[in-house]
Amino acid sequence: MAKKVVVEANINGEPIEFLCEPRQSLLEVLRDVLELTGSKEGCLTGDCGACTVIVNGRPLCSCLMLGVEAQGKTIQTVEGLAAPDRLHVLQQKFLEHASLQCGICTPGFLMSAKALLDRNPKPTEAEIRYALAGNLCRCTGYDKIVRAVADAAQTLASGQQPAGHLGSGPSATEQTERFLQEQEVK
Amino acid sequence: MAASPNGHDYRVIGTRPVRHDGIEKVTGQAKYGADYNFPGMLYGKILRSPYAHAIIKSIKVDKAAALPGVKAVITANDLPALPDKMEQAGEMALNMSHLSANIMARDKVLYDGHAVAAVAATSPHIAEEALRLIEVDYEVLPPVMSVEEAMKPDAPILLPGLRNKEEGPDKPTNVATHLQFKRGDVNEGFKQADYVVEREFKTAMVHQGYIEPHNAVGIYNPDGHATIYCSTQGSFVVRSLSAAVLGMPEGNIKVVPAEIGGGFGGKTTIYLEPLSVLLSKKTGHPVKLTMSRAEVLRATGPTSGSTIRCKMGCSKDGKLLAAQIWMAYEAGAFPGSPVGAGAMTIVAPYNIPNLLIDAYDVVVNRPKTAAYRAPGASNAAMASETIIDELAEKCGIDPCDFRIMNGAREGTPQTAGPPYRRIGYIETVEAIKNSPHYKSKLEGPNRGRGVASGFWFNVGLQSSAIVNIHTDGTASVVIGSVDIGGTRAAQAMIAAEVLGLDVNDVRPLVTDTDSIGHTDVTGGSRTAFATGWAVYEAAQDVVRQLKERAAKLWEKKPEEVSFANGLFTAQGDGIKPMTIKELAGRLARTGGPISGRATVNARGVGPAFATTVIDVEVDPDTGKVQILRATVAQDVGKAIHPSYVEGQMQGGTAQGIGWALNEEYFYDERGILRNTGLLDYRMPTCLDLPMIETCIVEVPTPGHPLGIRGVGEVSIVPPPAAVANAIAHAVGVRMTELPMSPPRVLKALLSKRTRAEAQAAAAGS
Repeated sequence: MAKKVVVEANINGEPIEFLCEPRQSLLEVLRDVLELTGSKEGCLTGDCGACTVIVNGRPLCSCLMLGVEAQGKTIQTVEGLAAPDRLHVLQQKFLEHASLQCGICTPGFLMSAKALLDRNPKPTEAEIRYALAGNLCRCTGYDKIVRAVADAAQTLASGQQPAGHLGSGPSATEQTERFLQEQEVK
Repeated sequence: MAASPNGHDYRVIGTRPVRHDGIEKVTGQAKYGADYNFPGMLYGKILRSPYAHAIIKSIKVDKAAALPGVKAVITANDLPALPDKMEQAGEMALNMSHLSANIMARDKVLYDGHAVAAVAATSPHIAEEALRLIEVDYEVLPPVMSVEEAMKPDAPILLPGLRNKEEGPDKPTNVATHLQFKRGDVNEGFKQADYVVEREFKTAMVHQGYIEPHNAVGIYNPDGHATIYCSTQGSFVVRSLSAAVLGMPEGNIKVVPAEIGGGFGGKTTIYLEPLSVLLSKKTGHPVKLTMSRAEVLRATGPTSGSTIRCKMGCSKDGKLLAAQIWMAYEAGAFPGSPVGAGAMTIVAPYNIPNLLIDAYDVVVNRPKTAAYRAPGASNAAMASETIIDELAEKCGIDPCDFRIMNGAREGTPQTAGPPYRRIGYIETVEAIKNSPHYKSKLEGPNRGRGVASGFWFNVGLQSSAIVNIHTDGTASVVIGSVDIGGTRAAQAMIAAEVLGLDVNDVRPLVTDTDSIGHTDVTGGSRTAFATGWAVYEAAQDVVRQLKERAAKLWEKKPEEVSFANGLFTAQGDGIKPMTIKELAGRLARTGGPISGRATVNARGVGPAFATTVIDVEVDPDTGKVQILRATVAQDVGKAIHPSYVEGQMQGGTAQGIGWALNEEYFYDERGILRNTGLLDYRMPTCLDLPMIETCIVEVPTPGHPLGIRGVGEVSIVPPPAAVANAIAHAVGVRMTELPMSPPRVLKALLSKRTRAEAQAAAAGS
């Protein structure tokens, strides 16, 4: 077994160092070394797209890249998509459109869709389908995924802020109102 | 308010809230089985047979066990030998020796990929290296790959102990079962018929194709208890079957269902789970086993390939008179194909006076089949629904009208005998007939439109539910049904509806086998129906208890308290109506916490029907079929969360289109699977499909408090036949084999051209 290698990379905005065996894929490093298990293993042959991450601005299957190849690269994973207090518009639209059923393919779709919208903010349906053709979903028939990506593109283009609060429960205002109501009851 | 077909007004049901587990699933936080890690955890790998059919003469594991980092190596000898007969495991009757031998081959390997040994090591790579050091001596036998070969009198025998009733106790056979369904007199029926169509169909073995491979983490405690974390459709099934295979008391195993990355029926049995426990027991560490994609395709349970001979006849005015069907399904290496379901679904949408169906369950050297979305029904419908289309064409009747004329209604006898209660088949055909899609004009060369229908039984079975009221008046719903596509949201909506709460004030929780009463699989389209029924009753139990508390506060009798629109009220001076939130703050003073509970063994399940219309364009040069447009109408009883109901309809349609056009197990002459990856096992991508239009039809299931019908399966049934009918109308060839991949369609087109040229030549000479 070859010795482990120290790799430096920027992952989700953080400069980090990790140790990996030369034979470990980036996906294995993300999941087993860095505990970023949002990227999923569906095939290990680059056919399903469940492990899609964005490396230096390009979407790729992290199962097809070695961990050592991450040296000096900037990598975005699904864990880095939301802001601390707000979902990314794609995440919000996936929820609103019920674009996920089991959810295993969702991280990969989100990253492929983000890479698409980063380079083409106004994609046609055909362009969306082409950009997502490397990601397999077996639950949805893709209909609601394509709609969510189109809607996200439109929202971004219109400059609106998506309404997505981090957490689908009541908002802070709603909670305050409820608290006051309950005080009245007592 | 969403008005229901049975006259109720719903406040929550029928709306489209964001699912409660959504945030976790779009941020990567949701934990699927393979995402679980534990301190000291080891990694397991499985050695699999490179032969389709062979006797295991010996297995030597010494070299593998000696590799640094390897902590244990196991074979079938480490599992208890189980009796070769049907036995109860929890609620299921199974042949336990078959179950065990499928998990780890004993004496014989019966398919390419059959497990023969397993290793646990400190890293997955070391475990893989160790597999290469295990020496297995095989005596290779001839493989039996098709039902035709397997049913020949001199066929090699897969299971020496297998017998069937007809051939008797002394005759080894590959035919596990012969079922027959009979009504009227088919010969008489065909005599009366003006048109008779008879064809033979072949459909390929196909896989569910869930994106998440199987996984399991086993943790064995020295006190004899074990915990299994895994992605399964049925945590209680994993518990009872693993206990049986391991020879452990069922109550000593706790199964924690992880999030599940798709199942479609394929995750209703066990493969890795007992092995993870056994390896953990041997090593004293938690052991994680995950399958590769090749392992999933080679060694889990796809659905049967089949041969179906179907003959149907009708009068010239379109009245179906007789159907005679012979069908044989590949069970895989052990008995248990869904041929019985195939037989009972194949003409289920129709009222046919004369019927004779012979159905055979046949073992072949392929992986043991498992359930796949309406198991057995899609390949069956490929036969019957294309013949229905031909008969309609011969009569000159619109295919929708032909189906409406002959369609099953309340009172029509089912294939197995008893009449249907209220069903919505005709309504689905009418919905398609009235759809913008069907009314639109399809123009252009090589384009055609096809219609087909499908039936699925749906099941009820057992479910348990707990509804807890928190002191702030919010609630939690605890269930044992894993959430495979919106279950949590639907269950929370049902509780919120009953309790008069906001849906976001009800938190749904899927829990482990120790924390909730027995709950059968998330399968058979049963979860919204049966678990939903349990949640409904548990929420009603909460209402009953809350009425008692309100009565106490108001010094009334509980029956004097009424509850509607989220408010408790009673007649009397000074009584101010109270919400659940108000009451919840007073529970401690009126008798303590409130939990509602209910269990159901749900009877009176409502069967599901779907009708689908698909437009295609066929490339005459390559045989490639492009799907131009697809619309599916399905009777769902009552849609709880319409978006997820549509999702089921769209997803089933997409899988049915994959089955129709591309998906297929390719075995070579030695019985080795040649397409073990998702590049060659070709499932539909985003680019292969159009938007899938949906018509939700709501004919409530009689007897269910919310009228729910299962929605998970039936939409997969019509597409193969709908695509075949569309191809027939596009290019004039009747396809009889699945998948209708470019080579098969091209072959059919070329032979049609050859026939036409020969006819022209004959006419010219």
